[in-house]
Amino acid sequence: MTARVPVYGLMAEFADVNHLIEAIRKLRQMGYRRMDAFTPFPVEEVWEELGVHRNMVSFLVFCGGLAGCLFGIGLQYWTSVIDYPINVGGRPLFSVPAFVPITFECTVLFAALTAVLGMLALNGLPAPYHPVFNVPRFALASRDRFFLCVESTDPLFDREGTRRVLESLSPVSVAEVPD
Amino acid sequence: MSAPARDLGPIIGPGHTFETVTDKIAAVVLSETRKGWMLGFGISFVLLTIFLQCVAVLFVRGIGIWGINIPVGWGFDIINFVWWIGIGHAGTLISAILLLFRQTWRTSINRFAEAMTLFAVACAGLYPILHLGRPWLFYWLLPYPNAMGMWPNFRSPLMWDVFAVSTYATVSALFWFVGLIPDLATLRDRSTSKVGRIIYGILAMGWRGSARHWNRYETAYLLLAGLSTPLVVSVHSVVSFDFAVGIIPGWHATIFPPYFVAGAIYAGFAMVLTLTIPLRRYYGLEDFITMRHINYMARVMLATGLVVAYGYMMEIFMAWYSGNPYESFMVKNRLTGPYKTLYAALILTNVIIPQLLWFQRVRTNIPLLFAVAMSINVGMWLERYVIIVVSLHRDFLPSSWGMYAGTIFDYGTFIGTIGLFLTLLFLFIRLLPMISIFEMRTLLPEAKVKEKHA
Repeated sequence: MTARVPVYGLMAEFADVNHLIEAIRKLRQMGYRRMDAFTPFPVEEVWEELGVHRNMVSFLVFCGGLAGCLFGIGLQYWTSVIDYPINVGGRPLFSVPAFVPITFECTVLFAALTAVLGMLALNGLPAPYHPVFNVPRFALASRDRFFLCVESTDPLFDREGTRRVLESLSPVSVAEVPD
Repeated sequence: MSAPARDLGPIIGPGHTFETVTDKIAAVVLSETRKGWMLGFGISFVLLTIFLQCVAVLFVRGIGIWGINIPVGWGFDIINFVWWIGIGHAGTLISAILLLFRQTWRTSINRFAEAMTLFAVACAGLYPILHLGRPWLFYWLLPYPNAMGMWPNFRSPLMWDVFAVSTYATVSALFWFVGLIPDLATLRDRSTSKVGRIIYGILAMGWRGSARHWNRYETAYLLLAGLSTPLVVSVHSVVSFDFAVGIIPGWHATIFPPYFVAGAIYAGFAMVLTLTIPLRRYYGLEDFITMRHINYMARVMLATGLVVAYGYMMEIFMAWYSGNPYESFMVKNRLTGPYKTLYAALILTNVIIPQLLWFQRVRTNIPLLFAVAMSINVGMWLERYVIIVVSLHRDFLPSSWGMYAGTIFDYGTFIGTIGLFLTLLFLFIRLLPMISIFEMRTLLPEAKVKEKHA
């Protein structure tokens, strides 16, 4: 049973991005699904191969922007028309053109905050601990190496079998990731 | 372009790999402190103390220590506010607008320019607060439920300014920090000292470069760029509304928003060049900030400088075309009044000298280009002086005309904010990677993914 295996997964290190993509493709063909790749810079093809296409960030940012817009216009309407109306030369209390800049700024502010906080939250960051850091060579993932981790929760995961598969994919090294 | 494109050189020096790019940029942060840095930081810090002294006197004695009077109620404080915030705009332009246009050359300079934006906005933000008279009550500007039962006047451009500048500062900081996260992870992994690993580790928040994370990261980064683009245009437009909504001749003009935005980018690129030219040399980063970058920045300066020159011409033309006697007097007063030398100096430094940028030989001559950038830094400051002081000192009623001159405290505060700006910049260079390492990796040939089934 995989549940008894005290490892988080198996990690293979690759020297260049094409080997990584090739490896992901082969493993996906074999039926592996629970894996993640780690690259020193964003590579669209890598997440495409992993089957990651869309994310929630855009939708959240739209909601954030909408909330900011409503907040901006609502704040100005409530303070200028309801709570503290001042008649300036008979001009309308709800002075729409004059309220545009602040409404716009609030929209941008809320949307930008949502983009950053939403991205971090969806990514589960800040993360004080993650098993992949237990592999000493993983420090190179932020420099020049590409890593692929097959997680032990994958139904096909087998300590010996998966290691043999990974070793056949021309990696620099294969290591167990202690949980 | 009809003429064949001239070879401007590469955007990254030859022979670099993931390792060399990473190590070279990270080395600036992770190596021993150099003597030149100590000297630069020391001088900046001395200037910063001048600022603190001027502000201390200001808090005790009030804004009477400045040269402002009636009719010239806005002096160095607002000139410097507009000057600093303008400088910040180039950073956002480089990081956001050029990203959306897929100008990959921006990668070498965006981190640095964003930091410059942040520090320039910090300097700018101080001025309106110091100008308040009772700066410790600055929070009255914010809409919060208070015991006075009052709300700010949302119909005032000065209130729009509060929102525009604070939003700009926040979004710039977010954009900058998001860009830093992967590089902070690099520093965490590369740092040899325990303190470094802990601090960079906390700041990197456990970033591990997972493909799923990169996917969301790229979306968020692109959206931030898309949001910053209209934001940066709105900020200097709102700053220009501070003037254009008033009825003072010389302020009340519809050309102000575009002319201010162009001027801001102009001033900002001049400042980026002023700072990168010595830096790339001192830290040996000529492979990353190449002649091509320098050349492109010079071209942006030329283009925005022409828009600014058009603005000056339009001010003069509209003064005549409108038939408004106050407007035409304003222009005559600028050209021949008591401040005519400043106006002449403005035209010289901001319009005539930058025409040198038409020549490729000037754009690739580092000392000459540095001199032109300095000329623009001065010219843009003079522009704000002319717009603010010269317009205010003689308005509608000759009986209420006056003269203005900055006092030692005005100059001290100005020099002091330069000290603040440079101090922050020196700390940034020493503590954080000044070039985006992960984005530089994407520019390397080995980052290219081969075609499927190739």
